[in-house]
Amino acid sequence: MIDLVRRNAGSEERQAGFAALRELQAPWVERFLVVRGRTIPVVRTRLSPRDRWGAVKVRWDIGRGTYRVLPGLYAAGDPGPDSPVFVSANYKLSFDALRSSLEEIDGWILVLDTRGVNVWCAAGKGTFGTGELASRIAKTRLATLVRHRELILPQLGATGVSAPDIARKTGWRVVWGPVRARDIRAWLEAGRIKTEDMRRVTFTLPERLAVAPVELVHGWPLAAAGLVLAALYGLPADGSWASRALPVAVLLAGLAPVGALAFPALLPWLPGRAFSVKGAVLGTAWAAACSAVFGLPPPAAAAGVLVAAPVTAFLGMNFTGSSTFTCQTGALAEVEKGFWPMAAGLAAGLVLGVVYRALGV
Amino acid sequence: MRYEYLMNGSSLRLDPEACVGCGDCLDVCPHGVFRLEAGKARIEDRGACMECGACARNCPAAALTVKAGVGCAAAIILGKLRGTAPSCGDGGCSGNRQADCC
Repeated sequence: MIDLVRRNAGSEERQAGFAALRELQAPWVERFLVVRGRTIPVVRTRLSPRDRWGAVKVRWDIGRGTYRVLPGLYAAGDPGPDSPVFVSANYKLSFDALRSSLEEIDGWILVLDTRGVNVWCAAGKGTFGTGELASRIAKTRLATLVRHRELILPQLGATGVSAPDIARKTGWRVVWGPVRARDIRAWLEAGRIKTEDMRRVTFTLPERLAVAPVELVHGWPLAAAGLVLAALYGLPADGSWASRALPVAVLLAGLAPVGALAFPALLPWLPGRAFSVKGAVLGTAWAAACSAVFGLPPPAAAAGVLVAAPVTAFLGMNFTGSSTFTCQTGALAEVEKGFWPMAAGLAAGLVLGVVYRALGV
Repeated sequence: MRYEYLMNGSSLRLDPEACVGCGDCLDVCPHGVFRLEAGKARIEDRGACMECGACARNCPAAALTVKAGVGCAAAIILGKLRGTAPSCGDGGCSGNRQADCC
C-alpha cells in the first residue's frame, strides 16, 4: 500500500498550499498537510485565547451569525490512511469543541455545511443531514485519503443523518460517537464503547444558563417597555412620581432578567410540565414578592401579577427552544392553548393598572 | 436530573414484529427511552422522549415511527406567522438561540 501522506512536498505543492493558506487565513490552522497533491489544513488542538474570546462573544450574541468555518476536510495531528474520520458542523463553537478534544489524536475532520449552525440544531433542520454528508464525502474525495469506509459522527447528528441511507447511498458506515466531543478520547480508549453517560443529553445548571447572556441581550425591549410603563404609572409628575414609578419599574423591567436568568436556573423546581405554566408561576411569585417588598396597594399588586405572569409564561415557553428535552407536540399545544390566556391576562393587567391610576387613588 | 415535558413521546410507535433487535435506537437515543429485551427493542421510558426522530431515521427495519420536529415554541410561532410548518427561520435560529437551540 502506498503511503498516502507525503510530507516532503515539492515546490508546486507548496505553492498550492500557500494559496490555500491565504484563502483560509485562520489562526487555528497550524500548518498544511500535502497529501496526493492536495493541501489539507491541520488544525490546532489547543484553543487559543482568541478562540475562547470568540466563544464568549457569541454567547453574548456578537457576530454569532458569521461564526463559521469553511466546510470541507481538515486534519488533526498527523493522520494517515487508517486514521478515523470525525464529522462536524461548520459552526465554529462545534468545530472548536471537536478539535480541542483531539489533542494527540491523529484524525481527519470532515466539516459539513450547516450554515453556521450547531450539530443538533442543524440535524433538526436537516442541514446536518444525509444529503449533505453524502455530497460532502464525494466533494472532498474522502475515499482517496483513507483505506477504511467509516465515519464517526456526533450522536446528536442522528436526528438528521440516516446511517442506513448513508450506507446504501455511499457505502460508508456511520459510527455514532459520544454526544459530547470531550468524551471522544475516553470513548476511543475504551474501544469505542459508549457508556450510558456518553449517550445521554443532560441539562445541568451551566448548560441551562449557557444561553442566558443571549436572552439578556434580547431582553432589552422588554425592560425598556417596563420602564416606560412604570414612568407612565408614576404620573402625574409631581414630587411623589418617583416613589410611585420605582416599584413598578423594578417589577416590570425585572421581568427581563427573571425570564433570562431565574427561569432557566430554577427550571427543574418550577411546578408544571408546560414551560408556560412554570413561567407563569415564576412571574406571579416575582410580582407578589415585589408588591410585598414595596408595599404596593392590592389593586396595583393584582395588576402587577396579571402583567408579569403572561410575560414570564411567554419567555418560559420560548425557552423550550433552548432546552434539551422538549418535543414538538407539547410545544405546539402550549403555543395554541397558551395564547389567549396570556393575551387576556396581559390586557386585563394593563387595563387594571390604567384604571387604578386614572382613579388617582 | 430527569426532566419530563408535556406530551413527551406521545407520537412514538414501535412495531415489535418489524424490530430486528439491532439496538441502533438505543445507541442514538439521547434520553434512554429504549431497552433491549429478549432480542427486541422496547419503549422503556416514553415520558423522556423528546420526539427528535433519531431512532426512526436510523432504524434499519423501519420499525419505529415518530412525529419528529424541533420542540421549540419560537419555531412554532414563526411557522404560524408565516403560515408554514414550524420553522427555525432562515440561516440561523428564528429568534435568539442559534448557539444552543433544539
